[in-house]
Amino acid sequence: MGYDKRYDGREFDEVRPITAKAGVVKNADGSAYFRIGGTWAYAAVYGPREMFPRFQQNPKKGVLRVNYNMMPFSGQGDRVRPGPNRRAKELSMVSTKAFQDVVDLSKFPNAAVDVFIELPETDAGSRCAGICAASIALADAGIVMKDMVAAVAVGRVDDQIVVDLSYLEEATEDGRGAVDIATAMIPSTGEFTLLQMDGVITKDELKEALSKAKDACAKIAQVQRQALHDKYGNQGGDDNE
Amino acid sequence: MSSKILINERDVVVPGQVLAEGMDYLPSHGTYRLNDKILANKLGVAFIDGKVIKTIPLAGNYLPKRNDVVIGKVIDVLSMGWRVELNSPYGGLIPIRDGTFEFVPKGADLTRYFDIGDYFVGKITNVTSQFLVDVSVKGQGLYKLRDGRLIKVNTNKVPRIIGKKGSMVSMIKQATDVKITVGQNGLVWLNGEPAMENIAVEAIQKIENESHISGLTDRVKEFLEQATGKKIEAKQESSEEDEEEGSHDSQEYDDHSDQGEDGAYEEEQ
Repeated sequence: MGYDKRYDGREFDEVRPITAKAGVVKNADGSAYFRIGGTWAYAAVYGPREMFPRFQQNPKKGVLRVNYNMMPFSGQGDRVRPGPNRRAKELSMVSTKAFQDVVDLSKFPNAAVDVFIELPETDAGSRCAGICAASIALADAGIVMKDMVAAVAVGRVDDQIVVDLSYLEEATEDGRGAVDIATAMIPSTGEFTLLQMDGVITKDELKEALSKAKDACAKIAQVQRQALHDKYGNQGGDDNE
Repeated sequence: MSSKILINERDVVVPGQVLAEGMDYLPSHGTYRLNDKILANKLGVAFIDGKVIKTIPLAGNYLPKRNDVVIGKVIDVLSMGWRVELNSPYGGLIPIRDGTFEFVPKGADLTRYFDIGDYFVGKITNVTSQFLVDVSVKGQGLYKLRDGRLIKVNTNKVPRIIGKKGSMVSMIKQATDVKITVGQNGLVWLNGEPAMENIAVEAIQKIENESHISGLTDRVKEFLEQATGKKIEAKQESSEEDEEEGSHDSQEYDDHSDQGEDGAYEEEQ
């Protein structure tokens, strides 16, 4: 028997319930939280501001720095050791790169934009939730960006292609096991800015998974935009995607 | 091919939102063209001016601009002047000759004029492409700040706080009897009776939070009358301004952005 019903009863291409809110950290220039199922990401943006250390400044354009951090109590019971570890450094880097071609800092030479992503609760898909939150926060900070990046994890559990895996699904070892593909996308152009994978997958399965990721990202993008509209009294309510 | 506009005037738009389809419209500030669509690339309020679509930003840090009147803080004393902070990603420099009207002999102690931590109202005299900023505190309405309190506001709301020809800020001053100087960089200095200062601060915060909703002047006026218990004489411009909405209001926005270029509203010493 294959994986014919999801552990949490969702449809195979259904994402977990999402709530998003912009402007949650008062002292930051822009901020947001993004909650998807049991994963909860906060993002705060500071800047553009003077960049230190000075040798990292770029006189041609501003530098974007994204920092990803899981809180010590956030995981599945085991305490996460605080501070940057190998995994957090990698995810900080890929999150930065997910925004590199979207954010335009050419008007801010020698300056830096810092994005801090904090995760108080995690249940798989934390880098994607972090990118979604950071995207709202960057827009909230008034940074020039082509589009808001939407991110979602897709994958395969046993023989079934699924969208937005939970931790239980990700840890499945039944049958062919689980494949987890973290993606981030620019909704207006359909380009991927993040693509990482765990596991073994066939070409056809990958294609199917990515096309489902596009559909899911389009839905997430609407939630992100609504979060910003809500902050300003829902003036631009209807989305025209 | 038919073109169509997908938003209304004064809608809040977010990056990536499609504002118009077709080649008949032109992208201006805060928008860009992607194939045959016009998209927003900044959080802002949309305006349609004939064929041109633009947005007025709702958020973002201050970027120094020549001739802006700003409020700054001295953070270092150098041999050729003072290094200052301008609530912006880029700091500035006041050269000795622009720091005081007095003759400063060679090797004089510059802290006599400005010490570290002093605040001032200054004017930006020059900005280079790499944002090396020169500031002057020599001129009319430019001075060192003493007493009072300083609040931070959203830089993009400064034109609304100042109002048309200073109408909004003078209304607050009239109602509360507090001295107010608004810097283009989002710092506002207030000095007066503490209770009245509080009311003025609240009024400014109200403007900041509600400026994208029409009928602002009337609401602020109502708030001030209620808070101070004084009746405010209606000024011709401020009462006219919000009666008609829509196209007239967008004009109001334009006027403010022009005002921004002229420099801040200044308190006369």
